[in-house]
Amino acid sequence: MANKIRVATTSLAGCFGCHMSFLDIDERMLQLVEVVEFDRSPLTDIEHCTNCDIGLIEGGVCNSENVHVLREFRKNCKILVAVGACAINGGLPALRNHIPLEECLNESYIDGIGVENPKIPSDIELPLLLDQVHPIHEVVKIDYYLPGCPPSADVFWKFLTDLIEGREPSLPYELVHYD
Amino acid sequence: MSKTITLDGKIIPFEDGQTIMDAAMAAGVYIPHLCHQPEFTPHGSCKLCTVKVNGRNCSACTFPAMDGQDVLSETEELINDRKKITQMLFVEGNHLCPGCEKTGNCQLQAVAYHLNMLDNHFPLFYPNREVDASHADVMIDQSRCILCTLCVRASQQKDGKDVFAVSGRGINKHLIVNAQSGLLKDTDLEATDHAAHICPTGAILIKRTGYRVPIGERIYDHKEIDQVSLETEHVKHGE
Repeated sequence: MANKIRVATTSLAGCFGCHMSFLDIDERMLQLVEVVEFDRSPLTDIEHCTNCDIGLIEGGVCNSENVHVLREFRKNCKILVAVGACAINGGLPALRNHIPLEECLNESYIDGIGVENPKIPSDIELPLLLDQVHPIHEVVKIDYYLPGCPPSADVFWKFLTDLIEGREPSLPYELVHYD
Repeated sequence: MSKTITLDGKIIPFEDGQTIMDAAMAAGVYIPHLCHQPEFTPHGSCKLCTVKVNGRNCSACTFPAMDGQDVLSETEELINDRKKITQMLFVEGNHLCPGCEKTGNCQLQAVAYHLNMLDNHFPLFYPNREVDASHADVMIDQSRCILCTLCVRASQQKDGKDVFAVSGRGINKHLIVNAQSGLLKDTDLEATDHAAHICPTGAILIKRTGYRVPIGERIYDHKEIDQVSLETEHVKHGE
C-alpha cells in the first residue's frame, strides 16, 4: 500500500502501561501494519514526528520536555488522541499536585528514607519540573479521548479501526472504563 | 381516570404526592441522578435529573408530578447538560478512579459511563482536601465528596443520629462531622450505620473491606446504572 496511515505515539508523564496495552492487540498488529506506518514512537525509536495522521499521547504533562513533545505532536498530527487516565486528568502523578514541588523534591532526594548522598538533581540535561501535573487538554487541543488505566487493547483496536475505515470513532459501554 | 404526565412522549400514570422522578421510576424510566435516593427526602442539588417541564427546567426529584405535564428528559440538550454537570463534578474534586477503592461501584463514575463521558473538558481544580482516617472503621476522603448530602440525610432520617452536615459556601463548601474536634472518631458513627454505606462515590469508605471484589467484577463493570437504579431503588421504594 503506497500511502499508509502514519501513526506517532509517545509517553509523557505516564508509565508506558498504555503502550503495553496497545501491544496487547497481539496478532491484530499484523493487520494494523498493513495499513499503518509508525512514525515517532517508542516502538520505532524515531526521535521526531513528521506529518502524521494520528498521534497517540499517553501520560499527562509534568515537565518542560513534556510540553515541547506535546506541542510537536500537535503541530505534526492531524488527529491528536489523549490515551489513558493520566493524559485525560493527570492520573496518579497528579496526586503530587497539592504538595509544593520543593517538598516533593526534598522527600525524594534529601529527607526520604534510604536516601544516600542527598542532593536534588540539577543537571542541565534534565527537564525542569512543572509545579503541577496537567492533563494534556489544558495545553493543546485534543481531538479524541480513550479513557482507562490502561485502555484495553480492544479500545485501541475499536478506535483505530473506526478511524482507518472512515467511521466516527465511538466506544460502546463495555469499553468505557476509568480504571 | 388516573392522572398522567407525558415523559418523552410516553404517557405514564402518577399518584398525588409523587414527584416526576417517583412517577418515572415507577414506570421503569431512568432519569440520571446522584443526590437522590427514593427512601430519603429529595434534595435537588446535583441537578443531573434536570428535565424540561412544560418548557422550563426543573429537578425531577423535587418537582411534583401534575396532571397533563409535558416532560422532556432524553433530549440532546439535556443529555449534553448532564454530561457537562458530570464533568464539572469530576474536575471540582480529585476523582482519580484508578486509585480509588470505589471504582466500578461508584455512582458518579457510573453516571459518567452512562453518559459516555470520555474526557473532563474543563481545567482540573486539584483541590487540596483532607482525609479523615481517625475513626476505627470508617474513613472520609473529602477529595471525592460531591456534596450530595445523602450521608447527612441517612444519618438523620435512618440512623436517628446527626453525624454529618455540609458547611461553608461556594468553593469552600465541605462535609463536616458532628464533633467538637472535627474528627469522625469523636462522633457516634458506627460502621453498621446506613450513613456509612450510602456514599455514591468513594468519599466515605468502610475500612478493611477494600478490593474484596476485584476490579472488573463490580456493579457497573458490566451493567449500566439505569438498569441497576431501576432494579435496586425501585425495590427499596417498596413498589
